[in-house]
Amino acid sequence: MTPSFGSPVLGTMVRLLTPFLLTFSAYVAVHGHTSPGGGFQAGAALGSGLILIRLVGGPGTWGLSREAALRLACAGCLAYAWIGWLSLAYGAPAFDYSALPLPAEGAARRALGSLGIELGVLVTVSSVMVLIFDSLSSRREA
Amino acid sequence: MRLLAWVALAATAFVVGRAARSLPPVGDPEAPAAVHVSPYYIERGPSETGAPNMVTGVLADYRSFDTLGETVVVFAAGLACVLLLSRRTDQEEESESP
Repeated sequence: MTPSFGSPVLGTMVRLLTPFLLTFSAYVAVHGHTSPGGGFQAGAALGSGLILIRLVGGPGTWGLSREAALRLACAGCLAYAWIGWLSLAYGAPAFDYSALPLPAEGAARRALGSLGIELGVLVTVSSVMVLIFDSLSSRREA
Repeated sequence: MRLLAWVALAATAFVVGRAARSLPPVGDPEAPAAVHVSPYYIERGPSETGAPNMVTGVLADYRSFDTLGETVVVFAAGLACVLLLSRRTDQEEESESP
């Protein structure tokens, strides 16, 4: 990450902050089962981290390109839907995670299934935040 | 026209005010919202979904179809922003994509 605008101080601070932001986002996503949190909140934290990188490093730095963000947003939504509808293939109602072939039993299996959809939400929310920021910031004067 | 808007506003406020008086008090355990499915979620949610956080249990398991809708709404908002704000000509698009 080379700071194209801003200062070396900003670049260093972002370099120090980014690992903590990413770790916090992962914590909020995975720990949402026992404490307040979940996919939407973790996605917001991750998205703000990516936007911070963009703000300091300028467009084209490490992070997501716009096309990749768009693809990821679609992929998150589709992953959610497919996890939910996969249980139909196993003869259970939609979104019944206890029918999925997961390496756990009973309630733990349902917890794993809902963790999967939370990750889909996380991917969608964070890449949509990046998309909106990019659309607003890369608008051309025509 | 302006007077008409005020009359409509006053009528709506009157109806809403009258209706609000028949709402159950906050925290009433006998309120319709608290006696329908909430006891089931509170009693069996943590053991059935494996999520000690009951909000997550309801959001991601019992009501996950609803949450799918929420995710699609977020996605649609992002898509609308992209389509509306980043309108470019084809030439620019070609020169920018690597």
